[in-house]
Amino acid sequence: MKDTDIKRLLYTHLLCIFSIILSVFIPSLFLENFSILETHLTWLCICSGFVTAVNLVLYLVVKPNTSSKRSSLSHKGTRFLKCCIYFLTSCFSFHVIFILYGAPLIELALETFLFALILSAFTTVPCLCLLGPNLKAWLRVFSRNGVTSIWENSLQITTISSFVGAWLGALPIPLDWERPWQVWPISCTLGATFGYVAGLVISPLWIYWNRKQLTYKNN
Amino acid sequence: MRLGSGTFAACCVAIEVLGIAVFLRGFFPAPVRSSARAEHGAEPPAPEPSAGASSNWTTLPPSLFSKVVIVLIDALRDDFVFGSKGVKFMPYTTYLVEKGASHSFVAEAKPPTVTMPRIKALMTGSLPGFVDVIRNLNSPALLEDSVIRQAKAAGKRIIFYGDETWVKLFPKHFVEYDGTTSFFVSDYTEVDNNVTRHLDKVLKRGDWDILILHYLGLDHIGHISGPNSPLIGHKLSEMDSVLMKIHNSLQSKERETPLPNLLVLCGDHGMSETGSHGASSTEEVNTPLILISSAFERKPGDIRHPKHVQQTDVAATLAIALGLPIPKDSVGSLLFPVVEGRPMREQLRFLHLNTVQLSKLLQENVPSYEKDPGFEQFKMSERLHGNWIRLYLEEKHSEVLFNLGSKVLRQYLDALKTLSLSLSAQVAQYDIYSMMVGTVVVLEVLTLLLLSIPQALHRKAELEVPLSSPGFSLLFYLVILVLSAVHVIVCTSAESSCYFCGLSWLAAGGVMVLASALLCVIVSVLTNVLVGGNTPRKNPVHLGSRWSELDLLILLGTVGHVLSLGASSFVEEEHQTWYFLVNTLCLALSQETYRNYFLGDDGEPPCGLHVEQGLDGATATWQDGPGYDVLERDKGHRSPSTSKVLRGREKWMVLASPWLILACCRLLRSLNQTGVQWAHRPDLGHWLTSSDHKAELSVLAALSLLVVFVLVQRGCSPVSKAALALGLLGVYCYRAAIGSVRFPWRPDSKDISKGIIEARFVYVFVLGILFTGTKDLLKSQVIAADFKLKTVGLWEIYSGLVLLAALLFRPHNLPVLAFSLLIQTLMTKFIWKPLRHDAAEITVMHYWFGQAFFYFQGNSNNIATVDISAGFVGLDTYVEIPAVLLTAFGTYAGPVLWASHLVHFLSSETHSGSALSHACFCYALICSIPVSTYIILVTSLRYHLFIWSVFSPKLLYEGMHLLITAAVCVFFTAMDQTRLTQS
Repeated sequence: MKDTDIKRLLYTHLLCIFSIILSVFIPSLFLENFSILETHLTWLCICSGFVTAVNLVLYLVVKPNTSSKRSSLSHKGTRFLKCCIYFLTSCFSFHVIFILYGAPLIELALETFLFALILSAFTTVPCLCLLGPNLKAWLRVFSRNGVTSIWENSLQITTISSFVGAWLGALPIPLDWERPWQVWPISCTLGATFGYVAGLVISPLWIYWNRKQLTYKNN
Repeated sequence: MRLGSGTFAACCVAIEVLGIAVFLRGFFPAPVRSSARAEHGAEPPAPEPSAGASSNWTTLPPSLFSKVVIVLIDALRDDFVFGSKGVKFMPYTTYLVEKGASHSFVAEAKPPTVTMPRIKALMTGSLPGFVDVIRNLNSPALLEDSVIRQAKAAGKRIIFYGDETWVKLFPKHFVEYDGTTSFFVSDYTEVDNNVTRHLDKVLKRGDWDILILHYLGLDHIGHISGPNSPLIGHKLSEMDSVLMKIHNSLQSKERETPLPNLLVLCGDHGMSETGSHGASSTEEVNTPLILISSAFERKPGDIRHPKHVQQTDVAATLAIALGLPIPKDSVGSLLFPVVEGRPMREQLRFLHLNTVQLSKLLQENVPSYEKDPGFEQFKMSERLHGNWIRLYLEEKHSEVLFNLGSKVLRQYLDALKTLSLSLSAQVAQYDIYSMMVGTVVVLEVLTLLLLSIPQALHRKAELEVPLSSPGFSLLFYLVILVLSAVHVIVCTSAESSCYFCGLSWLAAGGVMVLASALLCVIVSVLTNVLVGGNTPRKNPVHLGSRWSELDLLILLGTVGHVLSLGASSFVEEEHQTWYFLVNTLCLALSQETYRNYFLGDDGEPPCGLHVEQGLDGATATWQDGPGYDVLERDKGHRSPSTSKVLRGREKWMVLASPWLILACCRLLRSLNQTGVQWAHRPDLGHWLTSSDHKAELSVLAALSLLVVFVLVQRGCSPVSKAALALGLLGVYCYRAAIGSVRFPWRPDSKDISKGIIEARFVYVFVLGILFTGTKDLLKSQVIAADFKLKTVGLWEIYSGLVLLAALLFRPHNLPVLAFSLLIQTLMTKFIWKPLRHDAAEITVMHYWFGQAFFYFQGNSNNIATVDISAGFVGLDTYVEIPAVLLTAFGTYAGPVLWASHLVHFLSSETHSGSALSHACFCYALICSIPVSTYIILVTSLRYHLFIWSVFSPKLLYEGMHLLITAAVCVFFTAMDQTRLTQS
């Protein structure tokens, strides 16, 4: 039972990685002069769109949390609306955090916002899919020893690794290598992407290695 | 011997300061310098020596050339001219070298092979050390004697086109100039066209005496694509055509003037095989030097292998060629072929002038100059010269004269060579031996500090320092013996001068005893740690699991910052590192507050990830053993009380305060842009200081002073409250008096004074408050029970420092002070108190914020950003000691204020007795880790391209910071002693 769960987790994660790879290659079929570095903003939009879509589809197909008791249409509607509001809030709060970290206030506002968007796609969207608009649950998952299933565990790992990736991505900006990717926010978005992918790869493996030690009380 | 960990840490930092001082003395060799400053005007030239008969030639010899053109091509390597590339791409130059009237040399540059020091070497003839940069703090202009300076004094008209470093070095020396920046390395055509475009016009005009051209293009190509790129060939051909143009024009002009012209082609440094420069490889050091003039006679010789000379010889040669006094600090010797065509008497006169100048320099810099072989040779040749002059004036037989003359000449040349060599040996190299001694001492101290972490952060905050063991152990005496042997060997075999060898035997012996004693202490501590199994080091696995995210962040942040010091860009942009870390710290704190308030106790998760190895067992052993109450705390008794105590508004303040702090930091960050890459960006500070926004600045300054008053007064006694208010008013009056802010009732006051009275008025209050604080502290020591009095005393000292900082900060920086106090208040009230961080964490947070505020003030790792105006506040003229102290305090106000806040906070808030000593130990440790790592990094990077521009200033800042840390630690220990005497 557990091994099948881990397998499912692995497949969903592979799909997510695949969607990111697709977001790199598919647009060049339709758009001229598409490259990650030069038309970075386009790629940001496409990549976050792809990741969000894949996450939503996977959520609807796999249904990792089976505890949706009431499923009236109005309830679903408010839930969806709430999710949208949460997503936007997360975008704006990321934006504010980037500015607090020293991003320019007025110039490059679009770039900063798109970075916030892609980081939300990597972190907030999976959270919304898995936990719903429930802040208490979010806090529980992201505190020590608070996870209750492998899904939440992998969510924790991918989210934290995306954040760490974005954080580390800021480090090369002051270096004087004069590379095109050292410009704000490219190194950070690339860092976040690499962090997310790394999290997707690592989390099933980590759960697999530690499956003996992991006991969730709900399962 | 048992020591409190605070005392121990203070001793360690003091020893470390000693080590750093020795290291710095070795790293920055004292420059060879003539004591007569250049400003004092020219002293009369040395008269011609004569034995008995009086010589009639006491003035300087006249100029040998009418016009001099110096073409300096950046990064021109010797094989670009003399090698196959020269033959291929520089045909005209090759023709001049081989057949024309010219003298060619290979001039050796001394490291650092970087443009600015090399220009200095070419023009002053001295070997510039980094100390020069410190000496003329803030002003890049060259204060020493140079050919340019002498030429200007002699009324020569100098024109300069090229690298703007020259314009900065010699401001107001050129009658006409056009500086190009070497900022855009990728541009290698425009930068040279900007020089060449003036050429036609200038060559046609005759109204100049010296023309200097500095071409940067070749260097840029080297940086982009290396010495083998095809671009090099194009550039060399371009340079060749420039040279041809100048040479032809000079030749055509020569018919009009009685004297010939001189054209000098040289490079400032070479180019390594990868295209960079800065180090001391042969390719970087060897540059061509070609002197072209119709006055020269070509002698047949080996053209392919020109004679090797020193780059510093150029200054002396140019001075002689132009009939100027040789620059006082020049260590170079005259390039003799230049004057070979002159009559014998003149030749001897030139050589005499040069040797007199060098021997004077030797007398001033070497104590035992009389034993120097060069000096003896000089005395001998001067005597011979005198005899020759007597013969000459008596007009004896000409052949005898000639033979004797050439003998004197040879004597002079030998003397010159020896003198020049022994002078340049004084400064040429890093004094590696002193650097090693300093590094060893510092590293031993650091190891000792690291090894004693577990003991020092123990609840008792005491540690056993086995001081007696060195006295009895064989190891100690063996190490001393070995060190003395090494010392003797190194000092007797050293070619260059060495500071540590120059020390008296007692001082050197003292340092050696210290080093070996430290080594023995380390060894015995290490054996204690390894052998003594009772120390709770059995299960380090659990160590990690008990660390909170905050501890992890602090550890990683410290390690990351230390590692970042190895990259020049990170050193330049160190403020970004600190802002980044402080921001992350605030986010981590906010996460911690959220977790505490929304989840309650995180020690008991609702349904936990259960790690099979029994955590409970581990906890039990921890509590059994002597508990680490600092590094590993019990989370259990931190959280549960907090969520119950605070309710309502306060809770929301706790949750919001990290975000408020973040917002404050963001505002401060946009106040002063520092660093290098983004320093040119517009910032609020510039906006405020521009004269159009004086009203805004006044309002802001007044508001900030008000905030400072409101935040500081709450802890003071009534008397010091009044003093503080008056003092802050005085600060505003002072700023109004010197005209940076204005009063609302006197909008356009024209009378601007130095504000001496106002500033001294404030000083009186600063001293008064500090005095009251000290009095309270002393009183609290006598009356043991009065705990509150001590807190008040500490706060008064703190507020005295705040007032002093308010006086010294430039008005647009006053918000930095206000925000710093605001953040301290917020942190104290809503974060440290409710979350109950331990002393070590609080110390590190104070240190981080202190560092961030150092940069918020507008400081950077560049010497030029030191605000020396702080040293003149309230002083009529420059008085060295107060000026230095005030400048140091003004610069390090951020770290000092945070440290003094830390002392007050810990002694007032925590009731654990050992908090202060823990804090002192942590402060010492966290400051000494970067310093010790940095000196190793700098030693290994000493031939780096940016060693003088980036790493050396940072080294000085680190040294100064360590000194301040030592003072802070002593203060900590003093406070700790009062605690001990009370209990």
